[in-house]
Amino acid sequence: MKRTLADLAPLQEGRIQMITGLDGISQRLSELGFTPGQTVRVVRLAPLGDPMQIRIRGFNIALRHNEARRILLDQV
Amino acid sequence: MAATASSASIPFDEHSPSLRHSLDRRYVVAVIGNPNTGKTTLFNALTGLTQHTGNYPGVTVESALGELTVEGDRFLAVDLPGTYSLAARAPDEMIAVSVLLGYGKDIIAPDVVLYVLDATNLERNLYLLTQIIEAGRPVVVALTMIDLAHKQGIVIDTEALERRLGVPVVPVQATRRLGLPTLQQALRKAVHLESCPRPLIQFPEVFSREIDTLILSLPRTNSAPALPRFLVDRLLIDASGSVEQELVRQFGEEVSREARIARERLASAGIEVPQVESDIRYRWIAETAEATVRRPLTASHTWTDRIDSIVTHKVWGLLVFLVAMAITFQSIFSWAAPVMDAIDGFFKTLGMHVGNFLPDGPLRSLIVDGLIGGVGAVIVFVPQIAILFGLIAVLEDSGYMARAAFLMDRVMAGFGLSGRSFIPLLSSFACAVPGIMSTRSIDNYRDRIATILIAPLMSCSARLPVYVLLISAFIPHRTIGGVVGLQGLTLFAMYMIGLIVAPPIALVLKRTMLRGESVPFLLELPPFKMPAWRVILFRMYDRSWAFLRRAGTIILATTVLVWALSYYPNQTRIAEEFHARRATATAAEQEHLAIEEAGTRLKESYLGQAGRAIEPLVRPLGWDWKIGMATLASFPAREVIIAALGTIYNLGNDQNEESVELRETMRAEHWPDGRPVYTPVVALSIMVFFALCCQCGATLATIKRETGSWKYSALTFTYMTSLAYIGALLVYQVGSRLTGA
Repeated sequence: MKRTLADLAPLQEGRIQMITGLDGISQRLSELGFTPGQTVRVVRLAPLGDPMQIRIRGFNIALRHNEARRILLDQV
Repeated sequence: MAATASSASIPFDEHSPSLRHSLDRRYVVAVIGNPNTGKTTLFNALTGLTQHTGNYPGVTVESALGELTVEGDRFLAVDLPGTYSLAARAPDEMIAVSVLLGYGKDIIAPDVVLYVLDATNLERNLYLLTQIIEAGRPVVVALTMIDLAHKQGIVIDTEALERRLGVPVVPVQATRRLGLPTLQQALRKAVHLESCPRPLIQFPEVFSREIDTLILSLPRTNSAPALPRFLVDRLLIDASGSVEQELVRQFGEEVSREARIARERLASAGIEVPQVESDIRYRWIAETAEATVRRPLTASHTWTDRIDSIVTHKVWGLLVFLVAMAITFQSIFSWAAPVMDAIDGFFKTLGMHVGNFLPDGPLRSLIVDGLIGGVGAVIVFVPQIAILFGLIAVLEDSGYMARAAFLMDRVMAGFGLSGRSFIPLLSSFACAVPGIMSTRSIDNYRDRIATILIAPLMSCSARLPVYVLLISAFIPHRTIGGVVGLQGLTLFAMYMIGLIVAPPIALVLKRTMLRGESVPFLLELPPFKMPAWRVILFRMYDRSWAFLRRAGTIILATTVLVWALSYYPNQTRIAEEFHARRATATAAEQEHLAIEEAGTRLKESYLGQAGRAIEPLVRPLGWDWKIGMATLASFPAREVIIAALGTIYNLGNDQNEESVELRETMRAEHWPDGRPVYTPVVALSIMVFFALCCQCGATLATIKRETGSWKYSALTFTYMTSLAYIGALLVYQVGSRLTGA
């Protein structure tokens, strides 16, 4: 099983390995700065568990687990 | 590529004569940047009171426009929608691309692009800038949020950045007007020099060759110039993006095929599209940041983090959210009420005074009941719209709105929408008109349409009087188990109906006519800040004015139409009959005669005739023709039913929901066989009908205005009316059998 951003618990960090998928969603993630080598951190989950608040490149962004699964992380 | 300084020869949008006139000697500056960069604040500071919303030539969606003059050079500024990339997927992004390239019928390319660069978020903000520079227009960069960056210990070497970008970079603080004169000079210089920056990044050799091939192989008419290179880049990179769709529309499927083949050739050469673009741009950005930005080793714990730990907290966050929503909801209800009453009172008094000056007859009736009443019915919405948009602007500008969407997203995802739909739906409990207008913050078109279509199902404040009248008159004043009042429970149930019916409808819409590629929920949570008052006041003014101008005229027209239907045919027989009766009546009877005459006229009018004609249709709902007619009359505005009932029952039209007289009369109504017309079940059937029906001309006009087509107004009207009829039918048929009434 590949480790993805969706697997991280709040306050955990990871390094991006790659973004899977060739569609517009993956493209938008890359454009926002989810690029290989970047550190991502889960700040918290919304009260109902989804979406997650992510910190990357110094800004905060909310995304659902569904999208976070496209972001593969380096193995620890 | 020279800027088109003499733009006068380009054909203009026919409905903007003022633009055509004034653009003759004006430069166009397009303001663009990521969302939440202080773009609007800067735009306001530059254009001041000249700001207005309108159509940029050739663009059908309204944008903010404004003017500025620098040493005799006049500029028209257009505030383009905030976007992260020119890889256009959303309509907003496509507008930005079309304007930047001057691509599309009648669209004028800007003479200079003003790029708003957020200093606290330099890397992500530079991404779009590298794309913009490739569009081949003069660019000036305004560096915003420097004070915030300083607080976080971020230091930017502006001169080094300027050298690296090859375009002027001007630090500004719009709220304190710092740096604005320098920025204006830079804009002026840019349009005079017409110097276009060189692309910052280089795609791999193979990629560039592929673009050359693609340009040559694309179908085109002989006369048309070759496509701008930047557009072909986008075609190749953004598979099934807006550019590809637009080109397919113009030249056919062949475009798609050529692009796909090119992508496959690139893939076999080891270049993956679309990743190649973000890889290259972010590599350049990393080098740039390395050379120009110093930041502390450990990120400081900012105010935003502290506020966030409360407002997105599992317990406190929900509590803050509930309080914020309660205040929003309550303010539209109660803060607006006194102003609305005052407006209502003013138009009633005005009507009365004007009426006294005019002779009895159609002219008086048209002016007093039709025109003055109609204008009043439009203006009465303005306080709610202004207050709601003021509050929404505060929530948005402070950064809280994104948190509210974050909190509610999971709930809304359950029926195919996202967190962004929450506020518009909540606002619709006060009034669907501002609710629908506030869907503009929903970036996805299909989500936005679905939200607009279900918004009128939320029980708005105009339904409340109908509920109050019927509940207080016909629902027994009893309690269940000694705790829950039956009347209160009924009112609660009426508010719940819309909430229960709306989600499945949204789901059905999203699975059928609004089906499409699923859109990611990517929502930036920007830093918190104090809202800028100018932004808020402008929004209140702008939204209210937009409503008055567009929806207002249509509402007025329908109001006058209903007046005409209830006034004509103006039968002289009735007039003569009452004239004769008045001659013999005592002074005390005179007033009652006038009211009775109005009632008789209404019964004989086209509306009355229609009421009788539809009686077979409303009998299964448990209604008589009078209820049917009052309901017909209230299609342009549902609250009209109370005045209509007052007129039908010969009580005069100044009845309100608290009126004891009206309640007593309704209780005394009987069918010819002696059964009472109004039973609790009939009252419920009427209420359910009103809860589900779209009896609101203002809403339908607003839907047309916001979606640009009557199609969605017609759809809303049809589905809601059907739903209302079925709902009322079920309530009466099941209810009357259960109660044996």
